[in-house]
Amino acid sequence: MATQNTPSSGDLPTQLLQALSIQSPLISSEAFPAVPALEIKAALDRLASRSMITYQTIDKEEIILEPEAEQIAAQGSHEARVFEVVRQALEGLTIQELETTIGDKTVANVGRGKAFKEKWIGKGKDGKLVATVDSIKDTTQTLLQQLKEGKSADARAVTDLKKRKLIKVQKVLNFKLEKGEKFALEMVKEETDLTSDMLASGAWKTANFKPYNFNALGADQDAGSLHPLNKVRHEFRQIFFEMGFEEMPTNKFVETGFWNFDTLFVPQQHPARDLQDTFFIADPKVGGKPEALVEGQDPEEYWQNVKEVHQNGKYGSIGYKYPWSADESLKLVLRTHTTSISTAMLYKLAAQKGPDGRPPPARYFSIDRVFRNETVDATHLAEFHQVEGVIADYGLTLGGLMEFMELFFAKMGITNLKFKPAYNPYTEPSMEIFSYHEGLGKLVEIGNSGMFRPEMLEPMGLPKDMRVFGWGLSLERPTMIKYKISNIRELLGHKVDLSFIKRNPAVRLEKE
Amino acid sequence: MPTISVDKYKLYEALGQKFTTEEFEDLCFEYGIELDEDTENEERPIVNGEQEPPQLKIEIPANRYDMLCFEGIALNLNIFRGRIPTPNYRVVAPKDEDQYVINVLPETAQVRPLIAGAVLRNVKFTKDRYESFISLQDKLHQNLARQRTLVSIGTHDLDTVQGPFTYEALPPRDIKFVPLNQTKEMNSEELMTFYEKDKHLGRYLHIIRDSPVYPVVLDKNKVVCSLPPIINGEHSKITLNTTNIFVEVTATDATKLEIVLDMVVTMFSEYVAEPFTVEPVRIVSDHNDSTRVTPSLRPRITSVEIDYLNSCTGLSESPESLAKLLSKMAYIAKPSDKDANILEVSIPATRPDVLHQCDVMEDLAVCWGYNNLPRTEPNRSATVGGPLLINKLGDIFRTEAAMAGWSEVMPLILCSHDENFAWLNRKDDGKTAIKLANPKTLEYQIVRTSLLPGLLKTIRENKSHSLPMKIFEVADVGFKDESLERRARNERHFAAAWCGRSSGFEIVHGLLDRLLLMLRTSFITREQAGKPDGYWIEELKEDTYFHGHAAAVHLRLNGKEQRIGEFGILHPSVLENFDLRYPVSTLEINLEVFL
Repeated sequence: MATQNTPSSGDLPTQLLQALSIQSPLISSEAFPAVPALEIKAALDRLASRSMITYQTIDKEEIILEPEAEQIAAQGSHEARVFEVVRQALEGLTIQELETTIGDKTVANVGRGKAFKEKWIGKGKDGKLVATVDSIKDTTQTLLQQLKEGKSADARAVTDLKKRKLIKVQKVLNFKLEKGEKFALEMVKEETDLTSDMLASGAWKTANFKPYNFNALGADQDAGSLHPLNKVRHEFRQIFFEMGFEEMPTNKFVETGFWNFDTLFVPQQHPARDLQDTFFIADPKVGGKPEALVEGQDPEEYWQNVKEVHQNGKYGSIGYKYPWSADESLKLVLRTHTTSISTAMLYKLAAQKGPDGRPPPARYFSIDRVFRNETVDATHLAEFHQVEGVIADYGLTLGGLMEFMELFFAKMGITNLKFKPAYNPYTEPSMEIFSYHEGLGKLVEIGNSGMFRPEMLEPMGLPKDMRVFGWGLSLERPTMIKYKISNIRELLGHKVDLSFIKRNPAVRLEKE
Repeated sequence: MPTISVDKYKLYEALGQKFTTEEFEDLCFEYGIELDEDTENEERPIVNGEQEPPQLKIEIPANRYDMLCFEGIALNLNIFRGRIPTPNYRVVAPKDEDQYVINVLPETAQVRPLIAGAVLRNVKFTKDRYESFISLQDKLHQNLARQRTLVSIGTHDLDTVQGPFTYEALPPRDIKFVPLNQTKEMNSEELMTFYEKDKHLGRYLHIIRDSPVYPVVLDKNKVVCSLPPIINGEHSKITLNTTNIFVEVTATDATKLEIVLDMVVTMFSEYVAEPFTVEPVRIVSDHNDSTRVTPSLRPRITSVEIDYLNSCTGLSESPESLAKLLSKMAYIAKPSDKDANILEVSIPATRPDVLHQCDVMEDLAVCWGYNNLPRTEPNRSATVGGPLLINKLGDIFRTEAAMAGWSEVMPLILCSHDENFAWLNRKDDGKTAIKLANPKTLEYQIVRTSLLPGLLKTIRENKSHSLPMKIFEVADVGFKDESLERRARNERHFAAAWCGRSSGFEIVHGLLDRLLLMLRTSFITREQAGKPDGYWIEELKEDTYFHGHAAAVHLRLNGKEQRIGEFGILHPSVLENFDLRYPVSTLEINLEVFL
């Protein structure tokens, strides 16, 4: 078995402790000049984590002489050596003789050139090299000798030496160590964790525990996660529940033109009904006429009322005055908004009787997918989520709608709303909701709202004095703002980054 | 919403005041239009050596046809700001009335049955006015006229043609003329070919192209005035020097015909020698009962309930005060003599968007200022909130899956036919999937019938993510259903996919067990099937899955047995179709059965 006498990194901590017991504080480079700084640091960290020592890093730049510079420091610069040899030869030297005398071709050649430049030597009559001065001062050698001894030197001269590749500047790690609270001469075995065995044996009472690294992250939880859009949706649903809203059955992607447009008083030539904007269904192509949602309802009457109000006007409206087509109304489409469901809910409400025999006040909401035949870009997808709310009551006023919006948006931390007149085929008055955006320094639109038109409500059989507020916004927009996403495709759809889903924090709409 | 560009300083001049951009923005906000852009500080194009003056780009609501030109914007804002009263548009009969007749031939009924006309007399055009006149027609064609399908406008220098006019429908070869801005005469058949590639006119050709006869407006001497809805004749072209303008409007929609004619003539009657007067044209069209004199320009008088106006807006204004307020929106209103609750409101011909008293009520709110209206308590009645049950059930699955360490994804509902069928080794029986008629891309061909394509595409797009990937979705798929009014129904599904170095088969199986345990549904063996309630699994031989490593999930709930879904290791060919390089196991079940 071979014995090893040279210090290994394994017992470096012990050696450090022993050295420190003799001299504290201790400078590592002085005590252990031969051990690489990184090994010293590893050993110091182990000791410091046990509070056996404390240490400070002394960061220093050190000038290191290259081999050529070491030679110069010892023997003089090339040009000085050439001068010296030439001076000593009374008869002068040939180039060949110079080389032989110095014994190094490079030194002879470089030194000769420089010595000429310094005008230390010249050529004699016979072409031989002769000294032209009596003595010289070898500044390069002096400077390098100074640096080698660790003395400081003129910065410009140092830069010049660096350029000449004679020296290099190196960062040197050095440590000043002192005894710590738990200083001892030997390292004690440390436990990394409390185990059941230790509890059983009682070993925990005497064991030394390795201190926890408070600068690192804990273990990965391999946690499941919910999608940020659905998390924002959850917050919105909570707000609606808090305010007494009932969730609507929006689990219908396919609608007839009747429910998606006609009942909403959207005329049949409206651009929204273009192939450019709406997905029509090829199979199945055509739907049926409306069916009763509550027993005793006469859907045929509703169908006729809708036709009348478009074609000839009714309920105090002059109507759009165009030939209304049943075929157009029965075409199937992918719903372009969830308002088609709100309409069905209101039609159902019209048949309900409250204590006074009239339809009772109601509040409905939904958050679900809608479809538009859009060209896809960073802010548009063919699918997105519409957040929609509806309040039906008697004697509602515009001031009430605005006040409600203040309450609703305040729950998301959005205050000081401004309302702008707008146009929408099925609400009148219509108001776009704006809020001042600090970042953009201007008002930004955050939603749309209004009172549903009598042409939409009265054909259902709702009483004339029942007024209905409706409002909507997209789910994606507030989510993109909250999670600072600029491209909608990174949020909805399969191009989402799973790491983002796993790491997205809780929503907390009320917090900025 | 149409956007109208107007010369900034000319508009300010017309409004009698210079505004800062912010001030003008505020005015727009209050009125309900939107300042989109002020080009003052932008690089503006140089046309004929002159830089374009600063423009305001103003977005106009889609129903305000009377604000689609400089004249309309200036007029309405001036009325709103109380600078001028609502103009009294009048129809004044010309001296030589007989000339101003359009005789309509019955053949036009085959292609474009309706026409109306008017004359603007002694118009004074400038370059700006002329351009605005052309631009207004263009905006009307694009918006209200639905790309000229419903209505199209022809304007002519009256002094180059002679009435009475005829509106006929002739075989294409028989209509020969030099089209506007051309030099060569051609017949309409040649004209169709000539304009086929034209970026601007090419898109209107289809409106009449396949008709055996084309509509044409001719003068007394058979000079072709226009071939609606495509182009006018060069002969009667209007120029800056034109003073008398003959306007003819043809249409397939009677209501929009009148609106378009009214807009063109009212907006530019401002520049007539006697402002706001228009000369009428008599339309003789007995075959379809459309003989009449156009335009009428008579305001529509309607009764508006005062208590309705006040209660909707939360105001309590007197009839006189309401009438005064409404004048800001171009209405002339006066309290009724007969009924104290009625305001007689005269709606100018320029406001065809007013259909119901609710439109007047909105304008009242605008006159008052939306943001100045009295606020009232929004909660008039207490209501009880509650979730939709299928959503509540879906949330149980979502939270349980997430608690089990799976991540939720939200792929799209629309997908390609291949992704839903061929790529999963599934066959389309033609009775299942809802197919779209007009998708812009292959990605949106059908409504998915399974959640698997979205999950697999999500895995495909996350190749750089560490393995294993564990993802799930709770959402609707769609099916055809002939028994329902909408011929289709949604179904709520749960689906999960595992992707790792090994198949993860037992893991998706375990997820199924865990989820059903949370729904108080217990596992029973196949042998017990048919006795207690619970679920069991049976080996499944379907090509979507790796044979021998797939199972159908069966459920017996309240005595009713049904297959609710399946799980298994995906077949390597499916993985290849979706460009997946690691094994994937999936689970998909129908949630509706647990309602």
